[in-house]
Amino acid sequence: MAKSPKNSVGRRGFLKHAAAGAAALAATPGLGTAQQAAPPPRGAPGPSGAQLAREAGVARPAATALVEHPGSDFMVDVLRALGLEYVAANPGSTFESLHESIINYGDNKMPEFLTCTHEESAVALCHGYAKIEGKPMMALIHGDIGLQHASMAIYNAYVDRVPVYMVVGNHVDGAERTSGVQSMHSGNDLGALVRDYTKWDDQPYSLGAFAESAVRAYKIATAPPRGPVLLVAHHEVQSHAMTGPAPRIPKLVMTAPPAGDSAAVAEAAGLLVNAERPLIVGERAVRSAEGLQLMVDLAETLQAPFNSQERMNFPTHHPLSGNGGTGYQPDVMLGLEVADLSNQTRAAHARGAKVIAISAMGLALKSNLQEFGHYAEVDLDIGADAEATLPYLIEACKKLITADRRRLIDERGRKLAEAHRQVRLANVEAAAYGWDSSPVSLARIAGELWPLVKDEDWSFVSPQAFAGNWPNRLWKMDKPYQYIGGQGAGGMGYGAPASVGAALANRKYGRLSINIQTDGDLNYAPGVLWTAAHHRIPLLSIMHNNRGYHQEVMFIEQMCSVHNRGADRAHIGTKLWDPNIDYTLMAKAYGLYAEGPISDPQQLAPALKRAIERVKNGEPALVDVVTQPR
Amino acid sequence: MGETILRVLMRTAALVVPVVLSAQPAPGGDATKGKDLFLKYSCYACHGFSGQNGPGARLVPMKMTAAGFVAYVRLPRTRQMPSFSAKVLSDEQLTDIHAYIKTLPESRPAKDIPALNQFKEQ
Ligand SMILES: Cc1ncc(C[n+]2csc(CCOP(=O)(O)OP(=O)(O)O)c2C)c(N)n1
Ligand SMILES: [Mg+2]
Repeated sequence: MAKSPKNSVGRRGFLKHAAAGAAALAATPGLGTAQQAAPPPRGAPGPSGAQLAREAGVARPAATALVEHPGSDFMVDVLRALGLEYVAANPGSTFESLHESIINYGDNKMPEFLTCTHEESAVALCHGYAKIEGKPMMALIHGDIGLQHASMAIYNAYVDRVPVYMVVGNHVDGAERTSGVQSMHSGNDLGALVRDYTKWDDQPYSLGAFAESAVRAYKIATAPPRGPVLLVAHHEVQSHAMTGPAPRIPKLVMTAPPAGDSAAVAEAAGLLVNAERPLIVGERAVRSAEGLQLMVDLAETLQAPFNSQERMNFPTHHPLSGNGGTGYQPDVMLGLEVADLSNQTRAAHARGAKVIAISAMGLALKSNLQEFGHYAEVDLDIGADAEATLPYLIEACKKLITADRRRLIDERGRKLAEAHRQVRLANVEAAAYGWDSSPVSLARIAGELWPLVKDEDWSFVSPQAFAGNWPNRLWKMDKPYQYIGGQGAGGMGYGAPASVGAALANRKYGRLSINIQTDGDLNYAPGVLWTAAHHRIPLLSIMHNNRGYHQEVMFIEQMCSVHNRGADRAHIGTKLWDPNIDYTLMAKAYGLYAEGPISDPQQLAPALKRAIERVKNGEPALVDVVTQPR
Repeated sequence: MGETILRVLMRTAALVVPVVLSAQPAPGGDATKGKDLFLKYSCYACHGFSGQNGPGARLVPMKMTAAGFVAYVRLPRTRQMPSFSAKVLSDEQLTDIHAYIKTLPESRPAKDIPALNQFKEQ
């Protein structure tokens, strides 16, 4: 029997299943001869005419044999077994077989294909989805080039401890791949490109190994500290025919998160209960609705203020929300999943206070990129997941609280409630500043939005630090999905695609997703607006159009000052004007309902109302608002 | 590229801010020139076009005297605020900026803004 290079077995032994299948096909009249007619080159000869034609997008070599049951069909079974609802991807031939299996064999359901215009958008979309859904969706990535495009978004998810399930196509067998693009887009160890900021990666060489690695990858991604994982799906494993029974798909057994050591938890409880002015700080503490309730239980047990940073860790209108008000100098501080406690610890020690950390982050760190920040000399370090540890900590605290202590604690609670009320009122006063100004103030955007959304099941899906944190400062938030935090690693270009991903997850719950969209962020990869329109993902985007990279304007202005030169050129390289970017036109071009630019604050509420109607009807809409810088 | 940077800025700032510049010249400073400088030297970047939005201190209502303002800008008391030396902006120019800030309208108090009252009641 003549054997085409496609049938070559033995090279690292990973094509066992495929070999027999291809042999069977070769025996079929007609097909075998076709395979013999145009053997792909081995070694490193120049590209053939057929290859050149293919690379130019003209044609596929005529010699392709029929493959009835490609390995990628089985891969779809595996992905479905894992419950991966969606796959976000920019198309590429390294995963062509899997792509085809998803849409045909899998009937484009579980996972359903989402067309993305950039790999960074695909991964950031998964990032936003996971923050709402609490479980990963999949990004399918094209070889080394797609992975390099995706890399910043992967880093954001890694630093944010968010699970993202990534599969990257690759032509691993040098004997099979053509010169030119197939070679240029392939690697020996693709995982190495992003290994500094993925939690785990693997490149299985057979379908059986794929199934095992795929299940393991899911398990690793979702076990705290969570993170992105990468599987290499070799083109050869995808595209060769399966023979015999499909390999077994191992059962997914989720890993219970690590909870704190009981002696350490008891010690923490002693410090907290006996503190005069305890403070709880939560950063990436809440993973679920139950987690949010645990935070409230702990704060109420101790009557300690809870300073929620980064995302929704504590109800904004709870009387214990905040840092205790002016003059509240904590003597014991508890950090829950706070990435870098070094500054707070230094300040605490300077006034004789103690710091306790509960965090799983330190359990899985990488060396190269310095996201772990500085070493903090905390007094008690509990290497465990905060949410999983809280039930034990709450119980230990309750055991230690005597009736006398309870009176003192409750007295503290009354003072804290008043301090919280004062901060809330001060926020409302501050929201009035520039209320009638043009361009529009960020507080006004939050203020005009609230009455339009407060009776809906809403979800604020974008970062808000650059919007003055006004939604947090004004709105009543008491569900984890009402604010999902920032980029993770501060990589801009996250906001737009992560908002679309979060809105995708919110869609099935009928939630109204709200995105305050900065202009610089959108311009990295605005094509994600089209993805939202194409896939009917309802999302309200309000442009925070300050016509520039405003953060950088301020930095350059500082430099001008430090160098004792005027700030009159600080706009160079930092502003997005001349010409102004027309976001209404841009959004319309991508198929969205859009209005603006709005500079007069009086026009804001009616425009928002019209856009919200569209969103409630199931489509994305954008309102371009020209804003104060911040 | 024909447009100067100042004109772009002026167009943004001139949108609605109801400032009648020459009607109430602040003593000692030229508010019209001050507006140019406020925009050109990126004061708006941290204090807002309104003079009261953003991470910078609220400048409206301006409570400093012109002399106090000049002294403060030369040697700010916070690290966030960049200092502007005499090499960069003269006393006269800073006095003009001060005069301009004085013309910026103060906000209505929150109690007079119905949309904000809802937040007090929550
Ligand atoms: C990938 C990436 N490139 C550059 C930066 C530097 N950077 C930080 S903030 C910022 C400005 C972003 O502009 P925009 O999204 O409009 O927000 P604004 O600062 O105007 O509020 C930039 C460019 C970054 N953080 N990430
Ligand atoms: Mg901007």
